[in-house]
Amino acid sequence: MSESIDRDLTLSVNGIAYPVSVDTSRNLLSVIRTEIGLTGTKEGCDDCECGACMVLLDGQPVNSCSYLAAQAVGREITTIEGVMDGQELHPLQRNLLEEGGVQCGFCTPGMIMSATALLARTPSPSDEEIRIGLSGNLCRCTGYAKIIAAVRRTADES
Amino acid sequence: MSLLIATTLDDALAALAAGARPIAGGTDLVVGARHGKAPLPASLVAIDRIESLRTVGRSADGGLVIGAGVSHHTIETDSTIGAEWSALADASALVGSPATRHVGTLGGNVMNGSPAMDTGAPLVVFGAEAELASGSGSRRVDMATLWVGPGRTSAAADELCVAIHLPARAPRSGSAYLRLEYRRAMEIAVVGAAASVTLTADGAVDSVRVALTAVAATIVEVTGLTGGSVADVAAAAEAAAADQATPISDLRASDRYRRHCIGVMARRAVEAAARRASGETIAIPVNRAVGIGMAAGAAS
Repeated sequence: MSESIDRDLTLSVNGIAYPVSVDTSRNLLSVIRTEIGLTGTKEGCDDCECGACMVLLDGQPVNSCSYLAAQAVGREITTIEGVMDGQELHPLQRNLLEEGGVQCGFCTPGMIMSATALLARTPSPSDEEIRIGLSGNLCRCTGYAKIIAAVRRTADES
Repeated sequence: MSLLIATTLDDALAALAAGARPIAGGTDLVVGARHGKAPLPASLVAIDRIESLRTVGRSADGGLVIGAGVSHHTIETDSTIGAEWSALADASALVGSPATRHVGTLGGNVMNGSPAMDTGAPLVVFGAEAELASGSGSRRVDMATLWVGPGRTSAAADELCVAIHLPARAPRSGSAYLRLEYRRAMEIAVVGAAASVTLTADGAVDSVRVALTAVAATIVEVTGLTGGSVADVAAAAEAAAADQATPISDLRASDRYRRHCIGVMARRAVEAAARRASGETIAIPVNRAVGIGMAAGAAS
């Protein structure tokens, strides 16, 4: 059934349904951060270039700064807050720490969301596939070598 | 702003007739609005959940019908498109980033009408047609008559691009799309060229089509090319592309640099298309295989 949305909509984020009342021109990033209060997803360039705002929509990576929140109705949204298993770090989180792939950390949530989607689709990626999988995510301080090493290690462990 | 999430084509067409504008992945519309290029329309109809727009299927004559809502990710990984309409897969594989390719669609790329669109030149060399539907029926238009200027098409406001029709490929045919880029992701073509080549039984070029990206107000086809040896046709394509291009200077390149590089891209596209036509497999996207965007010495 086609569905008309004016203000009231419900978003499913990390398995929890959040009813919100927002202008339908609002982007998904701003609704996740300021209405729902999950601030792990970052606003970087706010221009669909840097990937800091990456979330998963039905398992696929999306730049949430440039995606309408209303278009995510009925889809499952996964943010960085949804990747841990209880108090256990996700293997990507653990390996980014152990490989030194986190410096300021601002790009890290987006990197992890892109890498999660990559590994779900390609469990044993080549280094080239890792680079392509992370190609929509910019890092301005750590550099990419240690981030790629952390994804490599995560793939090799599983 | 109001948004209708349409699940049927009829609902979407009714919304368009009532003045709504379509949105699929939003990678042009929403980003453009955030840039201040144009405000979001007051009424939008989301077309990304209409299943009939998201399918890829053979037509009766051996061609292909790609739904307008098919994503670049689907196109870059579809084995049929990769094998027979390789240039289109080359193009979709270069669009944006994985995130852009998952939500960005072929129909969106085509109807956004950018002269720098990556999928446009491949569609021209394949002789593709866009199917436009409205409440009063549908029609098919040639790519050359669809684009009328930067960001402008000949579609009426109540018409929705529902599919792209690709004619069947002749035996011994190959195609390729290359673009000049300064970085490997989230990039827009500095210039680009697509070629489709059909070889004779003895390996000469029987027929060739070449189209150019980001060197004119729309995607343009190179005219005056004929058959001959692969080397001669590639050289002729290089000269004709540079001669016929009408590039502008902007922040990405000067007009002189674009004119030089479009010749190089056209030559390489013809060469790669001929290699594929001869049966050689060149991985998608051909940009990487010929070393564009690779670290020095890393090309295979």
